[in-house]
Amino acid sequence: MTQEQKALFVGNEFGASITTDEILETFSFLDDWEERYAYVIDLGKKLPPFPESEKIELNYVHGCQSQVWLIHYFDQDSGKMYLLIESDAMIVKGLAAVVLAAFNAKTPQELLAVDIEGIFNQMDLIRHISPTRGNGLRSMVKKVQGMARLHC
Amino acid sequence: MTQVATATITQAMITPFDVQKIREDFPILAQQVNGRPLVYLDNGASAQKPLSVIESMNRYYRTDNANVHRGAHTLGDRATADFEGAREKVRAFLNARESREIIWTKGTTEAINVVASGLAQSLQPGDEILVSHMEHHANIVPWQMAAERSGAVLKVIPLDERGQLLEGAFETLLSSRTKILAITYVSNVLGTINPVREMIAQAKAIGALTLVDAAQALPHFNVDVQQLNCDFLAFSSHKLFGPTGIGVLYGKANCLEALPPYQGGGEMIERVTFAKTTWNELPYKFEAGTPAIAEAVGLGAALDYLNALDRPAIELHEQNLLKRAQLLAREVPGMHLIGTAEQKVPVVSFKIEGLHPSDIGTLLDQQGIAIRTGHHCAMPLMDFFAVPGTARASFAFYNTQEEVEQLFTALQKIQRMCC
Ligand SMILES: Cc1ncc(COP(=O)(O)O)c(C=O)c1O
Repeated sequence: MTQEQKALFVGNEFGASITTDEILETFSFLDDWEERYAYVIDLGKKLPPFPESEKIELNYVHGCQSQVWLIHYFDQDSGKMYLLIESDAMIVKGLAAVVLAAFNAKTPQELLAVDIEGIFNQMDLIRHISPTRGNGLRSMVKKVQGMARLHC
Repeated sequence: MTQVATATITQAMITPFDVQKIREDFPILAQQVNGRPLVYLDNGASAQKPLSVIESMNRYYRTDNANVHRGAHTLGDRATADFEGAREKVRAFLNARESREIIWTKGTTEAINVVASGLAQSLQPGDEILVSHMEHHANIVPWQMAAERSGAVLKVIPLDERGQLLEGAFETLLSSRTKILAITYVSNVLGTINPVREMIAQAKAIGALTLVDAAQALPHFNVDVQQLNCDFLAFSSHKLFGPTGIGVLYGKANCLEALPPYQGGGEMIERVTFAKTTWNELPYKFEAGTPAIAEAVGLGAALDYLNALDRPAIELHEQNLLKRAQLLAREVPGMHLIGTAEQKVPVVSFKIEGLHPSDIGTLLDQQGIAIRTGHHCAMPLMDFFAVPGTARASFAFYNTQEEVEQLFTALQKIQRMCC
């Protein structure tokens, strides 16, 4: 892995300066669907760029109507897992940002302890997005948790 | 002026098709979704059911329910009469010669599988099966399986950029090797109406069998199988305002006679011994097991409902919906229609620059508008247009001009939100 890529991973604001608590709090102030979706879409736009060279089958998350890629970097020194997610759909990208705020820059053990379903339930919006709609939210989560287990 | 004359004049002045009155027949339409009045524009996937269909099934279960063709008691006789009565309604609807030419299936998919798996047994290596590039997977995969089993070859009629069959391509591909032409009457993604009647005549001239996928055609216009002169035709009840779980394979009697049975079991046999089983006559040869009786009754009621409507007036109404949608689409910057055939039913597939179809679907749903997004079970067609999927609004006769406008107002709102 190049220094440049490492910097991308480690520099990801989600899970660092952008926290789940902050997202949930902002969310609770938004009272119509338009504001909520606009906020989620905005979160997605703040994701760090995803390396083009990593958009390969190996990193592809299946089970989404849109294209979703997910890569990770495990930092031996800190014991933390860093994640990058990309999608060609804005809402999915926004949901990925929520997932990253919860999961990124944590040790595998910390990551696996996160009650991600609980977070989704608190965000009324996500409750509306059923898994059958093929947005791949659940596939994304499963893939991240699978990666974490490998480093436990 | 006499009473009668006045009545005639007022009749003539009534708008030819009162859509608000029609909507009252569809109880599901009068509801709110996500706090907005439902705008149901996913009719291509499955259409809504008029009250008469719902009530026919209810009545069947309340008064007549029993197994069919088993004899011995009154309910069984009634159920059989209901069930065979529905078959006769389908025969009349398609103008088939005989009701034994109407085979019940689960839907279009199963109907095509019955034919493809049967023909696979007589196809030879090098024989050709002709389909088009706009087929639903239901009219591709069964033929691929038949080709794999028999050594036959699948040939594909290409399209032009408007989503019509490429001019002259069919004639070029048709040859003495062509054994089957399996073609959709109407594309579920593009709405294109194919010139199937002419194609069938040409295919027949060289001795090929013909199958028409009419799943997306019958919800929009009537089809006469004798005029069409196809050997087989398939459709699904649920897209034709009837219940799910039932569909129809029409086949000319001689073609069905020549086709081996699809599944074995009860009902489809004449006599069973461990040494040899002989098949029942048509249509029962293809109807193994207890059929979907209440669903057949429901489909019969749907056809009664359609027959009572003025179908030419409906076609005009639907074409007006399509025209309005096509006009409004021009006003949305970055919106591209996929499928702009000259002859088409009111189906509008589109993409909008900068927006993924799934974003469009989710954000329309928030506004109470139901459309479909994705590949629509037509991946080869998606590849042809080089899109991952499309957003598709598919209209039925109960949709209104106001709903078309609501769709476009909602799309503009989404653009403002996202771009
Ligand atoms: C053109 C066409 N053919 C076949 C099918 C399959 O119909 P069913 O799923 O009811 O068997 C569909 C349904 O989407 C269709 O649109």
